[in-house]
Amino acid sequence: MARETPAGDLRLANLTKKFGAFTAVDDLSLTIPQGSFFALLGASGCGKTTTLRMIAGLEEPTSGQVLLADRDIARLRPYKRPVNTVFQSYALFPHLDIFENVAFGLRRRGIRSVDQQVRQMLSLVQLDGYERRRPAQLSGGQQQRVALARALINHPQVLLLDEPLGALDLKLRRQMQIELKRIQTEVGITFVHVTHDQEEAMTMADTVAVMNAGRIEQLGAPAEIYEFPATAFVANFLGQSNLIAGEVAGGNGGEILVTAHGGRFSVPAARARSNQGPVHLGVRPEKLHLAGTAAQVPAGCQYLDGTVSDASYVGVSTQYLLRTGWGTEVSVFAANSGAQQRFVPGDRAVAYWDPRHSFLLGRRTGEDDRTSPVLDEPVGASS
Amino acid sequence: MKISRWFAQHWVMGVALLVLGYLFLPIAVVAGLSFNRPSSRLSYDFNEFTLDNWRNPCATSDMCDAVLRSVQIGFIATVAATALGTLMAFALVRHRFRGRSGLNVLIFLPMATPELVMGTSLLALFVAGGVPLGFWTIVIAHVMFCVSFVVVTVKARLAGMDRRLEEAAMDLYASEWQTFRRITLPLVLPGIVAAALLAFSLSFDDFIITNFNSGTTVTFPMYVWGAAQRGIPPQVNVIGTAMFLIALLLVLASSLRGRRARRAAVAVPVARPSSRS
Repeated sequence: MARETPAGDLRLANLTKKFGAFTAVDDLSLTIPQGSFFALLGASGCGKTTTLRMIAGLEEPTSGQVLLADRDIARLRPYKRPVNTVFQSYALFPHLDIFENVAFGLRRRGIRSVDQQVRQMLSLVQLDGYERRRPAQLSGGQQQRVALARALINHPQVLLLDEPLGALDLKLRRQMQIELKRIQTEVGITFVHVTHDQEEAMTMADTVAVMNAGRIEQLGAPAEIYEFPATAFVANFLGQSNLIAGEVAGGNGGEILVTAHGGRFSVPAARARSNQGPVHLGVRPEKLHLAGTAAQVPAGCQYLDGTVSDASYVGVSTQYLLRTGWGTEVSVFAANSGAQQRFVPGDRAVAYWDPRHSFLLGRRTGEDDRTSPVLDEPVGASS
Repeated sequence: MKISRWFAQHWVMGVALLVLGYLFLPIAVVAGLSFNRPSSRLSYDFNEFTLDNWRNPCATSDMCDAVLRSVQIGFIATVAATALGTLMAFALVRHRFRGRSGLNVLIFLPMATPELVMGTSLLALFVAGGVPLGFWTIVIAHVMFCVSFVVVTVKARLAGMDRRLEEAAMDLYASEWQTFRRITLPLVLPGIVAAALLAFSLSFDDFIITNFNSGTTVTFPMYVWGAAQRGIPPQVNVIGTAMFLIALLLVLASSLRGRRARRAAVAVPVARPSSRS
């Protein structure tokens, strides 16, 4: 039933879901191209799982459409949709063995000879030989792969993954990320992956949509979103950003001039989401470099000066906090490539950056600097 | 020194054995007396060993009629109470409606009400309604007091079931009915079976409520009660022992099944020497 309909994109049109007075998903519209690996990224309660459940048919939208190859499936029962789900808790049937779990979808569609397909699918997820075991006898990673096989065997047009790696430990999660990506490339099915883990979203997905309060804040390729976030929320949800509160003080050809805390900075116009009024000047911690004095700052770069208030050696990099003259602590990641000068707390230093690596976001009047402390909440430094 | 240490290590075991003895002594007496040839009708002494009672349990024919009637009543009451109670449990766990929490409390009421009260009030009800007392009034009474136990038992099982399993089944092309048949029912079944066994045993040995609502119908407990006035035939002990053995077998079978499943779980060899975990 799944493969007869013409293959096509998954399109959400003005999708809205309200639970009483609470709007979980708010007028959501987006297109997920066929065969892509799409990630819905957001904190818990942002509406991403509700969106997924509406695509699966486990939740009925208050309004709007779910279009698959231009057919509205929003009001079809879940078993009438060419869509399968890998659930967060896997939801494997505890009373059936692995073989029957994987064969479940085929059997419900009246397919008799399932043997070959099931074995093929189990070997795709590297679980051959486990047919007669019960789910409870498998480790978390194995259960996760059974859940994947059980969904994939039906060749859905869209595979939905609801935080599928959330229950795994870090090492296994990394391994499964690579495996999921490999399988997706192999089978070529559209994957819609819901996660709150930004690293997971970025490593696996072609396109990431960052959700917040039922709406999409930004949608794009991982690198695009990371390098040029659209909102302060995205800038701090996807990785960390130092956002300095300032005002646009004019334009100068391709540059926008910004005053902030008594300093003057410029940002390329192409890197500005807003070119007037209150703004946040953003620089990622790894785009900031430390130098001892302003004289050491390379030409063309801009800088802030301050005092090193914390230095944390984490192996691949050293993470510094630099307290500026007005009290904000900016994060600086310095790669430990051997060339840099090392700083200790109390040192005077300047943090400099290439303006092409900074970005400008609109800011609500009255909103202050926004920096996310990098170091594990250093005592007394957070307030 | 040695003795006191031995005592320190084993006294818990000793207490456990005493408690077990306390629990099982009456049953042992019944089992023993089932092999007795009493010296007189009113004698409860162990007189002489015999297998006659077991060879011919229906020597007193009205007793076997009573047993059969009790089994019939128990069977009908169990089926009806299990069906009603299971549906009730589903309604209480799966549906949100006004007065649900109140209903949850009401369910406990029949269990907490003294049987004497239920028996007399049912009698009053049947008499007022002009319902002739007999086999069916006993069935109605039994269904009534069994339903609560069924609801509580099934509800516990159902509440522990993960709703996402049903969602997963629907996601995998199972219609509502197939989901119920393939996922919900098999997972809730142990609870339903336990509830049915409980209902049967409650019905089979109920005396107080039955006594009020039976009219001239005689169930096994009522037969034993009546017989006690003029001397209990030793065959009563045969029936009692047999009931105990059947219950014991059921318990053993279910725990054996559980253990075998668990052993199978442990015994599965690692399929490949270096499979990924």
